[in-house]
Amino acid sequence: MRYSLTHLKELEAESIYVIREVYAQFENPAILFSGGKDSIVLTHLARKAFWPAKIPFPLVHIDTGHNFPETMAFRNALIEELGCKLVVGSVQESIDEGRVREETGKNASRNALQTTTLLDTIERNGFDACMGGARRDEEKARAKERFFSHRDDFGQWDPKNQRPELWNLFNGKKHEGEHFRVFPISNWTEMDIWQYILHEHIAIPSLYIAHKRDVIWRNNSWLPVSEHIKVEEHETVENKMVRFRTLGDITITGGVESMADTLAKIVEEVAAARHTERGNRADDKRSETSMEDRKKQGYF
Amino acid sequence: MSTTNTNTYLNMQLLRFTTAGSVDDGKSTLIGRLLYDSKSIFEDQMDAVENSSAKRGLEHVDLSLLTDGLKDEREQGITIDVAYRYFATPRRKFIIADTPGHIQYTRNMVTGASTANLALILVDVRNGVIEQTCRHSFIASLLQIPHLVVCINKMDLADYSEEAYDKVVREYKDFASKLDVKDVRFVPISALHGDNVVNRSEKMSWYQGETLLHTLETIHIGSDQNHIDCRFPVQTVIRPHSDEYHDYRGYAGRIAGGVYKPGDEVVVLPSGFTSRIKSIETMDGPVEEAFAPMSVTLNLEEDIDVSRGDMIVRPNNQPEMVQDLDVMLCWFNSKSPLPRAKYIVKHTSNEARCMIKEVLYKVNINTLHRIEDDKDIRMNEIARVQLRTTRPLMVDDYNENRNTGSVILIDEATNETVAAGMVRL
Repeated sequence: MRYSLTHLKELEAESIYVIREVYAQFENPAILFSGGKDSIVLTHLARKAFWPAKIPFPLVHIDTGHNFPETMAFRNALIEELGCKLVVGSVQESIDEGRVREETGKNASRNALQTTTLLDTIERNGFDACMGGARRDEEKARAKERFFSHRDDFGQWDPKNQRPELWNLFNGKKHEGEHFRVFPISNWTEMDIWQYILHEHIAIPSLYIAHKRDVIWRNNSWLPVSEHIKVEEHETVENKMVRFRTLGDITITGGVESMADTLAKIVEEVAAARHTERGNRADDKRSETSMEDRKKQGYF
Repeated sequence: MSTTNTNTYLNMQLLRFTTAGSVDDGKSTLIGRLLYDSKSIFEDQMDAVENSSAKRGLEHVDLSLLTDGLKDEREQGITIDVAYRYFATPRRKFIIADTPGHIQYTRNMVTGASTANLALILVDVRNGVIEQTCRHSFIASLLQIPHLVVCINKMDLADYSEEAYDKVVREYKDFASKLDVKDVRFVPISALHGDNVVNRSEKMSWYQGETLLHTLETIHIGSDQNHIDCRFPVQTVIRPHSDEYHDYRGYAGRIAGGVYKPGDEVVVLPSGFTSRIKSIETMDGPVEEAFAPMSVTLNLEEDIDVSRGDMIVRPNNQPEMVQDLDVMLCWFNSKSPLPRAKYIVKHTSNEARCMIKEVLYKVNINTLHRIEDDKDIRMNEIARVQLRTTRPLMVDDYNENRNTGSVILIDEATNETVAAGMVRL
């Protein structure tokens, strides 16, 4: 078929269109950059959208302080290469300022605290649209998310009162103090992301590729040993070949055992996978609707 | 996966389809079945559904729980919004816009239909063509979804009878003759048991046609976009301001119709300035041809004034530049429009203000009858109206081009999207 695109090219064209709409419709947009593969693909698409110009907005990183060191190194190198601005919102600062209180206990995580830091960072910098790498296939509450998702002046999402979104006509109108979250890769699946990374030769943090690491078995996955977690007496530290399917906080992101040490092998593993990628994220397991509850508060 | 499979994956096409249905007609079960039988369900998702089914005291695994996402829906057992689902086979990637089917959710159905290549219409073989079937089919035809696949469901409850199936097919064809649909197909299925969904039914040997999934995988969608009339709405202007690209001025946008090539003579609307395409750029290098729905950047020979909202077209094939629009409008908001109320109208990358000058008639979406004695538009109603805009829009008939024949209306006070419209020329 002569005038037909492959599905990856069609997804790419759609995402570039959405990113350009954000630039055209908003005064002060930004990309929420976690260092994970989805935000890396989003950044790559933003680069395509404005080439040969630079990406005309900053990358925002909400830093929990519980990072994989590899993610930070990757982030800094990418910023250098793109020549665009980096804005860091620090959860540690929010804790020090008394804006949030740190969770305690064995399964403590800074995941929930990020929401406050994120909303503070948006407000301080006056961002009116934040693009994120969330995908609708990730989680059931995200299946109903719009491309242009309106947030009230408390940064909250109201899933029952979303603006209808038709054709390619996106409504980014808002009142003072409100902002938008925009999800240009809404229609991509995990498999699409991996295939695209492979096809486009996009650099990703080494954590995604199988490597040897000290881990413990907790909550049904291999949790990396780091200064931020306490190894219990009954837990044993093992050195395993693992890779990570998502990159979140080092304290809650479990790895899977894997021999996939190249991108092509990862694609094979993803194709054969029998569990969703967020299956190893403790933050999603707190209740049947934990993602929806967090999203309403203003989470990513 | 072998290398061959990886290559196959890179040759896949994207098909977007919509479904509409209510609790009882088995829509969620059908989607659950498609996902389950095509092995698109992960074990942890299946575990979660098994747990939820058990918690509800159900004996069987309720596949519909795979698709009902939000808390309220889970509590009430209904689908209240548009939910998007994804699955893939080696041939195609599918995006399902899953919408509720009741009349109070017309706006959700319209939303789901707006981007679909294909509509799945579910008919319970025992009930035949009912009001809801008419409504779903009418919306599909109004939104110009190119292909309709009518699934005649619950064949297991009609003894898999050919006669029962034929009767419903006849009824449907009778009704569909009143609609503007180009391609209608029928498949007898049992979503519950999986007959003719992914696997061919052993109980309906009289049916010689394709299974539902095979139809979805092979239906020709290459002509769904308009590749005749060149339409390029400019989204933004790219000016790098760098030493290397000092004088670079590119017009970024997504092709809404036709095929563009370097050397083509073009005219910029509304200014009327003419030029030629110097090159069509992407980060992966220049392209020799660009067509819908590609996102590209056009460079023109002449340095003329072009900005967002302009449209680059061919001199011998131009859209209509109009301020008076004849539109089929679907109203989305609980607040009805007041007489001569003003709204923001969005059309491609263009925007203006408009007023609803006149309501010609409303449509009863169950019977397709015109309502001429009540012209107050309420939520979920469809009406033919006259709009007057503050400046000209460059439009095509919606039936010729969905990208350049569609508009949305935005309330200036609340910023809500209150209506969607399809232009008639």
